[in-house]
Amino acid sequence: MAATEMMNSVQVVSARSPARRALGLLGGRATLGPFAALLLAVAFFSFESNLFLRGPNLSLILQQSVEVGTLAIGQTLIVLTAGIDLSCGLVMAFGMIVMTKLAVDNGVSPYVSILLGLGACAGFGLLNGVLVTRIKLPAFIVTLGTLNIATAIVQIYSQQQTIESPGSVLTYFGRTFALGGTTTITYGVVVMLGLFAFFGFLLSQTAWGTRIYALGSSAASTRLSGVRTDRLLVSVYVVAGLIYGVAALLLIGRTGVGDPNAGTTDNLDSITAVVLGGTSLFGGRGRLIGTLFGTLIVGVIRNGLVLMGVDSIYQILITGILVILAVSVDQLTRRRSRG
Amino acid sequence: MSTEPILQASGLVKRYGPVTALNGVDFDLYPGEILAVIGDNGAGKSTLIKVLAGAVQPDEGEIRLDGEVVHFNSPLAARRLGIETVYQDLAMAPTLDIAANLFLGRELRRRGPLGALRMLDKPAMRRRASEALSELQIGVQSMKVAVEDLSGGQRQGVAVARAAAWGRRVVIMDEPTAALGVKETAQVVELIKRVRDRGLPVILISHDMPHVFELADRIQIMRLGRRAAVVTPKTHSMPEVVAIMTGATQAELEAMIHRD
Repeated sequence: MAATEMMNSVQVVSARSPARRALGLLGGRATLGPFAALLLAVAFFSFESNLFLRGPNLSLILQQSVEVGTLAIGQTLIVLTAGIDLSCGLVMAFGMIVMTKLAVDNGVSPYVSILLGLGACAGFGLLNGVLVTRIKLPAFIVTLGTLNIATAIVQIYSQQQTIESPGSVLTYFGRTFALGGTTTITYGVVVMLGLFAFFGFLLSQTAWGTRIYALGSSAASTRLSGVRTDRLLVSVYVVAGLIYGVAALLLIGRTGVGDPNAGTTDNLDSITAVVLGGTSLFGGRGRLIGTLFGTLIVGVIRNGLVLMGVDSIYQILITGILVILAVSVDQLTRRRSRG
Repeated sequence: MSTEPILQASGLVKRYGPVTALNGVDFDLYPGEILAVIGDNGAGKSTLIKVLAGAVQPDEGEIRLDGEVVHFNSPLAARRLGIETVYQDLAMAPTLDIAANLFLGRELRRRGPLGALRMLDKPAMRRRASEALSELQIGVQSMKVAVEDLSGGQRQGVAVARAAAWGRRVVIMDEPTAALGVKETAQVVELIKRVRDRGLPVILISHDMPHVFELADRIQIMRLGRRAAVVTPKTHSMPEVVAIMTGATQAELEAMIHRD
């Protein structure tokens, strides 16, 4: 008995050691692979191009990752519940059009336009969540439907016109601040990183987060444990919709327009980021910081290949291979755990 | 059995369309006992258990807990009154760790940053999970181990510990050893005895006659949606119990008893 107690205390000590703590911040063993892949990509392109590691270039990679990265936060929440969201990119485009059109064409206060745009995106999330829980349709089918609905609404509402000069409030997050030397960072990047930190905290440190993992791990068990799973699932879709609304605002900041053709490939790009980050498509397994790594892996490869003068089609090829690799690792991990 | 039953049901009826799963079932559970509920497939034992656990609502009949009439409209309602159920299919979230599973749906929380968010109190949950497991002498090194990384017996151990930790009045175990090997089954059998020895009455649903006879203080035999008999392992032999379960005639029963 005394021996086991000693062993327990030894384990507690080692669990709190600095190395373990650092590993914990990076998401633990689960995201070691994505982190290593990111480091490898950075190392490779640093050798291949002496422009790569410069501050302005790294800042550019972050800027270009803002909308997919932000969408991927919402996507991660949904994938953790064993769902998937194909509508995210077009929900973002819808939010973008609502915000800019209200402000530019209808003269609504930009702050009110932003709130209404966020509300519109959350409304789409609510629709997804209600369809998934009440009619018990697979998330894949529901969001395929709402993807098409959002696509149509965006085109009809915008009359297929780009909305120009939405004003300084709506483009606020495209502004930059100096980070020393010639390196500048947009406020949009700060917001994205802040959202990663905030939702990473919610997922790992609150009951809401634990229950999302539980739901994706075993919905029946979670229900039997007394969790109101339908309500929880709807809350996840609504929160994800809100996050897409923030992505819309960040995209307005970056591009300076309301673009009716925005977001068409972002749904698959966000899923790519989630999968590369080590989150299981079967739900219940993954870390949000992995999604950040996944987003950056895609951003780094795209940027690095451009710097090397390689045709961008190779970026798509490499991403495709990495996705299959990541999903294979996931499948093997799950099989080992079950056996 | 001079004391009052802790959990009692009378005249329970449950119909599923043309099928009558429960046809006026009575039920009594006394403090500190292990009551086994057995019966052939379709005899109504799992419907009875679901009714007592709050997972199914009966069409007729009443349930009394400590003498008071209660209505369970959900498993949560039954759990709030101190009735915990261990399900056959190991109802846990496999990717969560032991502590998180023990507290799933009933997480301990503390004030977070800014006082706005209520954070999980992970150290307290791990400590109490560890206490709950060691109380039943379940050997697991760390509460941070994911449940999917445990053996089948350890997993069922965690499920039993969760039920024992939260069950203030009754623990229901639905085929707790069905998915386990021989050695692990023996461990869970010991575990069930320990739960009873702590004073919690246990309702045990099992197909395994030797275990039923080893564990049960009384045996409720279900047949055709009714309570066919309540016997004890002391007064009845295994073949007699099987005979009642499968519907032997009175004459056949008497013939069997006289042969002994």
